[in-house]
Amino acid sequence: MNSTSDAPLLRVEGLRTVFTLADGREGAAVSDVSLTVSRGETLGLVGESGSGKSVTALSILRLIMPPGRIAAGRILFDGHDLLTLEEHMLRTIRGRRIGFVFQEPMVALNPVYTIGQQIVETLSVHGLARGAAARARAIEWLEAARVPDPARRAAEYPHQLSGGLRQRAMIALALCAEPSLVIADEPTTALDVTVQAEILDLLRDLRASLGLALLLITHDLGVVAEMADRVAVMYGGRIVEQGPVAEVFQTPAHPYTRGLLACLPDATRGHRLVAIAGTVPSLGQFPPGCTFAPRCADRLAECDVAPPDVTALAGEHGAGRTVRCYLHQTTAGGRP
Amino acid sequence: MTPLLQVSHLVREFRRGGWLQGGTSVRAVDDISFDVQQRETFGLVGESGCGKTTTGRCILRLIEPTSGQVVFNGIDLAGLNARDLRRARKDLQIVFQDPYSSLNPRMRVGAIVEEPLIIHRIGTREERRARVDELFGLVGLDPAHVTKFPHEFSGGQRQRIGLARALALNPSLIIADEPVSALDVSVQAQVVNLLQDLQTRLGLTYLFIAHDLRLVRQVCDRVAVMYRGRIVELAPADRLFSAPAHAYTQALLSAVPRVHPDDRTTRVRFDHTTFTPLALREIAPGHFAAIT
Repeated sequence: MNSTSDAPLLRVEGLRTVFTLADGREGAAVSDVSLTVSRGETLGLVGESGSGKSVTALSILRLIMPPGRIAAGRILFDGHDLLTLEEHMLRTIRGRRIGFVFQEPMVALNPVYTIGQQIVETLSVHGLARGAAARARAIEWLEAARVPDPARRAAEYPHQLSGGLRQRAMIALALCAEPSLVIADEPTTALDVTVQAEILDLLRDLRASLGLALLLITHDLGVVAEMADRVAVMYGGRIVEQGPVAEVFQTPAHPYTRGLLACLPDATRGHRLVAIAGTVPSLGQFPPGCTFAPRCADRLAECDVAPPDVTALAGEHGAGRTVRCYLHQTTAGGRP
Repeated sequence: MTPLLQVSHLVREFRRGGWLQGGTSVRAVDDISFDVQQRETFGLVGESGCGKTTTGRCILRLIEPTSGQVVFNGIDLAGLNARDLRRARKDLQIVFQDPYSSLNPRMRVGAIVEEPLIIHRIGTREERRARVDELFGLVGLDPAHVTKFPHEFSGGQRQRIGLARALALNPSLIIADEPVSALDVSVQAQVVNLLQDLQTRLGLTYLFIAHDLRLVRQVCDRVAVMYRGRIVELAPADRLFSAPAHAYTQALLSAVPRVHPDDRTTRVRFDHTTFTPLALREIAPGHFAAIT
């Protein structure tokens, strides 16, 4: 694979990440996940807890620790296969070419270094700047992340900042090495709604000015709708549906996506919410067929036997869309 | 009709800083008043630290109010001694946000639901057991599971157990403090629907404390928006969402990410530095806002 400009920046193919469970069995937290993120594009990866979205992100960065391991697949980033790359080579990509923003900056930031020191360290590790120049750059990045009074804040420790400021510092840290891809895992989930809106604005502006590609992981369909170009919906370790955000949310093809959109309290008062029966299965209890089958109102006999393959959707709303559902395999996208 | 719950000029101060620093007082709840009518769902919304949870706890006197009145069913709860308060609380229950930490992990779920009945010396052993089975059925759990422990249930099921316990004494008011925010989206709807069904069947009144505005709009009849310990706006839900009057409410509503492009509105920003506490005034029938 060459790093030609029209090839996707990130291509994940057939990723399978397994964890050894307490009873010695292996459970696949992520099964046969394939996705692409092009330069400058935002892909929203949505799912509920246990759907495998965070494990997918950590697998891309090869940050899966025992008892977990990546069992199969390829992760191609700008022509490099990250899964076969030597660890020292990987370090020139992780944090440098791929930045990451985590949900809880209090955990992701080092509590015993100031915000400024952490950015300076990142810059010097990657050989981008050192000394006074690095300190000046750190303040510039905090300013770019709209941290007020950045020179003073650079000298502060993470615990001295509010949740919103900490997330801004985390974004400055993720972006200071000028990566081409940023993976953001629930970057606004721990924040209040008005702070969330400011952080999303910031990500949107920086994405545009730096030409970033963004893999945005979230459980919030509203965040995806406002931020992403395309969306991949995960359930039970698999991507069940993928396509342009507007189309997927307008005409969801997979029963899970349909259910998820229907149960949002977004409409008017009084009318009953449409609930999806049952609960999200935990790792090790995934059914052998489609992982959504036990909760699916439209399930067929074959749904319990083996997981369906990925099918390209045809028809008016089908462009660039895929779904993993027997309903669409048998009728080729004919069902609503 | 007299309201079921009347909160008047409620204040709760917390001391900030240790005694070595002298310590200053912060008003977590700063002179708030509202009424909740029978069979109503009254929403209390706001962002973290606005005082909504403290308000809920002050009503139950899980936190003692610094000053103000809480009149429930005609009784001023603030004046009650411990024994009378316990009796009054039979009618006034709370469901907590986190179903993982609010159930005793070492008790069987049947015993968790039965415990309030024992504390209030209600019924014989057999009658209590029968009531527990009935409560399990009421919240959509299989009574066969009474001998299991909380960890054997999912988050949504645990929230049902918390609800069954809260319902054990036939309360008229339930304070639901973020009852679904710890649950997955697909499970939230089940619990919200259950809350609404129970309200219809049992004639319950809810004080619904939440930060999720989409959810509040869905379930509440009237909503009060809190900011820095004060109510800045109070209105029927439809009215609040269609014609918010306070700048903070407008900012809050416009910050909610929308799934459908048609629902999107222009973002309103609220300048926190210019906030001045004002008294509520009625700007339309039933619509109060702290504006000039």
